[in-house]
Amino acid sequence: MHGHVAGVHPRHSESAFARLSDEDLRRLLHLALSKGGDYADLYFEHSQTASYVFEDERIKTVGRGVSLGLGVRVQRGEATGYAYCEGLDEAAMARAARTAAEIAESSARPGPQLIESRSIPSFYPVGVASLDSPAANKLDLLRRGDRAARAADRRIVKVVCSFSEEQREILIVTGDGRRYSDQQPLLRYGIHVVAEDGTKRQSGSGGGGGRYGIDYFAQRTPEHYASEATHVALAMLDAVEAPAGQLPVVLAAGDSGILLHEAVGHGLEADFNRKQTSNYSGRVGELVASELCTVVDDGTVSHSRGAINVDDEGAPGQRNVLIEHGRLRAYMQDHLSARIMGTTPSGNGRRQSFRHEPMPRMTNTYLLSGSDTPEDIIRSVNRGVFARRFSGGQVNISNGDFVFSLTESYLIEDGKITAPLKGVNLIGNGPDVLTKVSMVGHDFEMSDGIWTCGKEGQSVPVGIGTPTVKIAAITVGGTRT
Amino acid sequence: MSHVSMDKQRELQALAETVAALAIDDGADAAEVIVGAGQSLSVKIRQGQKELLHESESHGLGLRVFVNHRSAVCHTSDLNEAELRRFVHDTVELSQLSEPDELNELPDRQDLIPLGQSLLDLDLWDDQTAKLSAPELFDIARRTEAAALGFSKKITNSDGAGCDRNAGYMALALADKAGLGFSGSSRGTYCSFSVEALCDDEGGKKRNASFWSAHRFFQQLATPESVGQEAARRALRKLGAQKLATAELPVVFDSDASRALLRTLASVVSGGAIYRKSSYLCGREGTQVASPLITIVDDPLRPRGPGSRTFDGEGLAARRNVIVDQGILSGYLLDSYSARKLGRRSNGCAGRSVGGSPHVTTSNLILHAGTTEPQGLLDGIERGLYVTDMMGFGFNAVTGDFSRGAAGFLIENGQLTVPVSEVTISANFDDLLKRIDAVGSDLDERSSTMSPSLRVSKMTVAGH
Repeated sequence: MHGHVAGVHPRHSESAFARLSDEDLRRLLHLALSKGGDYADLYFEHSQTASYVFEDERIKTVGRGVSLGLGVRVQRGEATGYAYCEGLDEAAMARAARTAAEIAESSARPGPQLIESRSIPSFYPVGVASLDSPAANKLDLLRRGDRAARAADRRIVKVVCSFSEEQREILIVTGDGRRYSDQQPLLRYGIHVVAEDGTKRQSGSGGGGGRYGIDYFAQRTPEHYASEATHVALAMLDAVEAPAGQLPVVLAAGDSGILLHEAVGHGLEADFNRKQTSNYSGRVGELVASELCTVVDDGTVSHSRGAINVDDEGAPGQRNVLIEHGRLRAYMQDHLSARIMGTTPSGNGRRQSFRHEPMPRMTNTYLLSGSDTPEDIIRSVNRGVFARRFSGGQVNISNGDFVFSLTESYLIEDGKITAPLKGVNLIGNGPDVLTKVSMVGHDFEMSDGIWTCGKEGQSVPVGIGTPTVKIAAITVGGTRT
Repeated sequence: MSHVSMDKQRELQALAETVAALAIDDGADAAEVIVGAGQSLSVKIRQGQKELLHESESHGLGLRVFVNHRSAVCHTSDLNEAELRRFVHDTVELSQLSEPDELNELPDRQDLIPLGQSLLDLDLWDDQTAKLSAPELFDIARRTEAAALGFSKKITNSDGAGCDRNAGYMALALADKAGLGFSGSSRGTYCSFSVEALCDDEGGKKRNASFWSAHRFFQQLATPESVGQEAARRALRKLGAQKLATAELPVVFDSDASRALLRTLASVVSGGAIYRKSSYLCGREGTQVASPLITIVDDPLRPRGPGSRTFDGEGLAARRNVIVDQGILSGYLLDSYSARKLGRRSNGCAGRSVGGSPHVTTSNLILHAGTTEPQGLLDGIERGLYVTDMMGFGFNAVTGDFSRGAAGFLIENGQLTVPVSEVTISANFDDLLKRIDAVGSDLDERSSTMSPSLRVSKMTVAGH
């Protein structure tokens, strides 16, 4: 472990990469291109994490972790060579560069003459990094969450609170001599409760976070998350069987942004479209959604969990309109796909860590506000489902089928929200469902920062958001026929 | 790989012992150290061309310490001696932030595998797998993809074929003030390859299916040709998939889909879920939780098994545990902490990774095969759903409510007829397991969760 216990000693504040000279970087790139690759880059990462778990009314577990290493990538045509080393040992770094170089099989190309630092925007400035804040403050947040959840109702029988934080420093050096560095803070607070009433039992969760310092929890308090979690668990104690079949569904603002992430987001990642394996391949310019839909992927959302000042291959974070009034405008590009498709990277080249090669990934994906009021949207439904909270979603890129799983939902009867429903899945087909978006609220909201997106074995933090939305018909996977 | 692998194992074990002793010297009452190291090579071919060559050499060390029943769990990838000393010191200091928990300690000494006792050899290492070169892996991937693309003109694309090999080493040491309590190490190899085939359907939709082979021993892998052809066959038969009308139907799960059901069950029989009251199976031991046709065991001692281990993550001898015996829940899977919380003894199911605390994991989780030929599961079904793919996370562990996206085929009069997609299947999981009325003979042994095909007499299928 690098550094010391937070709050006991100060963390090392100088860059983990201060020892690396431009000459070192040039030498490594030279080795990476020694077999004739078209392009190479270096990705240095130093990540420090800490986690705290509060259970059975005590601080149960504390943990810290550190990882430090270099990933070297070399491209030759559409092919990628990738190798990494743990630590910054000179011999190991050189070995990684030579190994990655092996994807190419011709004579050496020159590396950059000059390494030039590039400045990037700053979407998540943080006064004091959470890792450097006194541990006592974090333990206090956990105790407060536990206390509030227990006090909420005598039926709350189990409470687990957790807090995790990360400080990631990255340094990217590209084969054409650009150098970018960034500090990426990330924190997440979570609370999980179980409610029991006679023989009935239910669970509920609340949580949030983002690229903030610990002062975030002055606005979003542990008591707020405790009330979210206990509200869900208690409401769901009386849940009835959900209907099965096609029904109108109203998606609440915020978390329902998962619809955009699954129904269109993944299908618009450029790798699938370059390879023609997505059902959105070759459809730029076509109507793929209701004209009420404008969908954006936006790395610039201030302090959001999915925000990036620079992506993991040196493209600054930016705002990209994917679908404009229903018409498909653009895919999300990484360096490789952009080069092959003859366009420019869109700031979507991301990776889980230095152990992984980058690929096109979402940042913060959301639907822009419309003009309806949430009340009117609910009133317009005769019999349907109101969905508030989700445990996750999944999509098949090729045929467009996607699901998302509801953990808090209610029946709508005669324009009013009525009985809570047992957990169900909604299933639909991306382009089909988006043409059925029939009302869009004016109440846009970003989801609080809890979401992680998985693709090809790599996880990255993302953000989602949406106003209240009505889907005229989608399949609800309940049990009541 | 330049070194001899047995030496590597000894080296890691010595490091684990040294760091455990350092922690005790630094004031810990007890310490547990895991050291992991691995080499892997992974390639991808797409449209006959090289797409990716990924090579890695990784290592890491995880340390758990106890001081007056306070504990901390830390990990690092920096194994240089001076750094490790500081790391140990910081971890011991960090434990003071936690609060005492009498139940949180290492297993009792008498439960550990005694020092010096030789460990079972489960035959988990294959030299040939460990030495596979990049050109060999590229060749397997190329042949697999070519077999898929060449199977039919209707296979118009591929998402590529991948082939990986891994060689991993692990060492674990436990010590307290009385000295070393357990020290052991293991090593294993693994090789897998797969391909995803695509074909074009109406309305711009593409139908895709993948197939794979995996084994610890290279010689026991399927041929690239058979895997490629099977992926193509599976993609082609999805052409023309439609939604079904909402109805209650009998549902047959193929062995892939059944594996997902078995993973769902694993999540609600672990000691952690039970003491946290996060399982619908709390308090259900000794009662019927599944059809009498169902027997499920966790067996870490299978020679060459993908999930085999001789000792668990806390130094206890791994053992075969029966979870469900002819429909009756016979026991939960426990590590030391969850066992103490439930007033019992661990049954050796602690998993441990470098980056996390010990918690219950399965080893080889096996649902025993039945006697019905897979085709026989369809017999007598007038109208039903045959499920090959499931999507989503729709399971509430506390209540057992289960709802997932599904795709597969319509069963009509005992035959698979129309391909089906974009439906959901739902039931309470407790009912689902009790409604299993036939178990296939086709146990799929490729992964550490092994299941045959299953038939469930009734579920809600939601479509249009």
